[in-house]
Amino acid sequence: MPVLAIERWSRFADAPEAPVALVVEAAHGQLIHAVTPAAAERGAHPGMRLTDARALDPKLLAEPADPAGDAALLKRLARWAGRWSPLVEVDGEDGLRLDVSGVAHLFGGEEGLATDIRSRFGALGLTACTAIAPTAGAAWALARFSPRVVDKDVAKALAPLPVAALRLDARSIQILERLGLKTIGQLAKVPRKSLQRRFREADNPLNALDRALGLKDEPLTGERIELPPRVLAKLSEPATHPEAAGQALGRLVPGLARQLQDRKLGARRLHLAGYRVDGSVAGTGVATAIPTRDPKHLMRLLIDKATVLDPEFGFDAFALTASWCEPLGATQESLVDEPSGEAEVAKLVDRLSVKLGPQRVRRPQPIASHLPERANGWRLAVEERPSPQLSPASGRGSTRPQHLLDRPEAIAVVYATPEGLPRRFVWRRLVHDIAKAEGPERIAPEWWRERSTARLRDYYRVEDKDGRRYWIFREGLVGDGRGGAPEWYLHGLFG
Amino acid sequence: MAAGLTLVAGGESRAAEKRLLQRELGEPFRLPAPLQPTLSELFASSPRDGGWAGFLLPQLEAAKPLLWIQDRMAIRESGRVHPAGLPGIELIHVEARDGRDALWAMEEGLRCFGIGAVIGELYGDPVNLDFTATRRLAVAAERTQVPCWLVRLGGTANLSGARMRWRVGSMPSLPHPFDLKAPGTPAWEAELFRARGHAPGSWGIAHETDRFHLLAGTGDRALEPFRRRA
Repeated sequence: MPVLAIERWSRFADAPEAPVALVVEAAHGQLIHAVTPAAAERGAHPGMRLTDARALDPKLLAEPADPAGDAALLKRLARWAGRWSPLVEVDGEDGLRLDVSGVAHLFGGEEGLATDIRSRFGALGLTACTAIAPTAGAAWALARFSPRVVDKDVAKALAPLPVAALRLDARSIQILERLGLKTIGQLAKVPRKSLQRRFREADNPLNALDRALGLKDEPLTGERIELPPRVLAKLSEPATHPEAAGQALGRLVPGLARQLQDRKLGARRLHLAGYRVDGSVAGTGVATAIPTRDPKHLMRLLIDKATVLDPEFGFDAFALTASWCEPLGATQESLVDEPSGEAEVAKLVDRLSVKLGPQRVRRPQPIASHLPERANGWRLAVEERPSPQLSPASGRGSTRPQHLLDRPEAIAVVYATPEGLPRRFVWRRLVHDIAKAEGPERIAPEWWRERSTARLRDYYRVEDKDGRRYWIFREGLVGDGRGGAPEWYLHGLFG
Repeated sequence: MAAGLTLVAGGESRAAEKRLLQRELGEPFRLPAPLQPTLSELFASSPRDGGWAGFLLPQLEAAKPLLWIQDRMAIRESGRVHPAGLPGIELIHVEARDGRDALWAMEEGLRCFGIGAVIGELYGDPVNLDFTATRRLAVAAERTQVPCWLVRLGGTANLSGARMRWRVGSMPSLPHPFDLKAPGTPAWEAELFRARGHAPGSWGIAHETDRFHLLAGTGDRALEPFRRRA
């Protein structure tokens, strides 16, 4: 695909007709990576400096290139190209290499295959130059310099092509051209011995030539897709009773556990799919806090979920997939009878999360913030335990309440003096007389997060006549210019 | 230096001194505890009184994670657990939809050896909370030796399978040693109104430096037999 970058760019561009060059930053200024046809007409070509191209045409527009995005697209295309061949390899920045041995007849011969590939890429809006040859090197050369299908007599087909078609680096090409060897045919005629001496082993044109002619092997390393562990249970007759899924699990879970064991994996997320007779699929899933392959535990997690799958016209197959796995080596429970606490707690968390919903089972996750309700973060207990970024403020224990209201509640207060502490307050329609108080602890608004009108908070620990202790705060100060009279809120309850 | 210092008491500080004498820590007190970890029920004197947490937390051991279950109403009425107020405790918090879910989660937690203690905070009188449910919790707690606390906010003390039943309310705190206007060591009025293997009683207690103390001069009833025995 010679113009992949520019075609990808023009898909999202406003004016794909304009003379545009995609540029990359290089050591001595910007280099052109790809150009639109309009820009190419005016003399710009890839590899040129942007300033040189601008000298030819001052109206040339420059846009930053996105090589990483292009590579990602190419990788996706490689997986898509799996439709033609089981072995697909990404080749450089702009090529795909397919091993089509024994494949072509499915598409009506090699010509048919090449046409099919071109038309399907064309449907995606991408230009593809295809060539089929007995060797990978020859196919590379032909695809770039004279796209066609070559069945046999590779040497003859390659002979008129320039030496650059041999995938050599720029220095070697320069040397060969200085020697007057412009085409592959000329190179092939030179006695091997003299060439052997002149080049290093790594970039020897003889190697490239041998690979292109099939005298040397060049294996492909395809994009390998590791399939997640999956087990399938087919029923001989459609089952319409809701128990069916549970019974199928009895067969699926041990099978999956065995697969996980063989691949030294532990499941973090499982998906159970029930295939109905009418072609529809019912699915449910569970997640675990630590990788596991204990069939008893997995069974317990899944069984409740499985029985609520609606069979409708009946299930005729079930599939259990471990869609997210993590490596888990062989483990042994300690020899003494007591199971390890950590694993037990993780299992408990799994069960709670499955039944109540993962967002209801949480562990504290302190966040770097001064505002109590913001600092008091939570994370899902089934998630990976992160490295402790922030140790919970130690030594604060006695100055922080054990219970915090989700949202501070406004209280009506009776002041002794407007700046000072109230004498009594009304919270939820009951009067509390303040007997003792400690404070204030001033918490200023986080100016880097909040609007400029956010007011500071003065927290007081107060105790009422009955000894109940609360954490109340005054939001703002008298005359701070951020609103009217300060308001009071109750935020926490002390134990 | 400090040895030579004498306090010259003015009127104000003499009154304060008097108050100090009235309310001070008494002798160390061994809280009635069950023979083995089991279910204890704790009634807060009111949902707006968070004092029970201070009474409960010193009784837990912090080596293992704590499973703290609150139902939705408990969170709304008396606040969500605030980890910053519980230093050194590894917490797993469960927000249960209602009493039924909370009881299920408690029982599930009690089946796990890795949990240090289970606290279930329920508001009012959930429908499912009956003798059978509490009895199940008690049996589960005794089987795995995980202490379980069922905290009732604004509930009525019906028939229950709990081995110990407490009623805990806040009392005015002890004077702060350095600031007479500030709240000091918290104190509670704890009433044990049903217990297996213990005489019921009511005590005014405070917790300071790893142990519970009786409050001196509060006219407690249970202190008398101790004195007599001594």
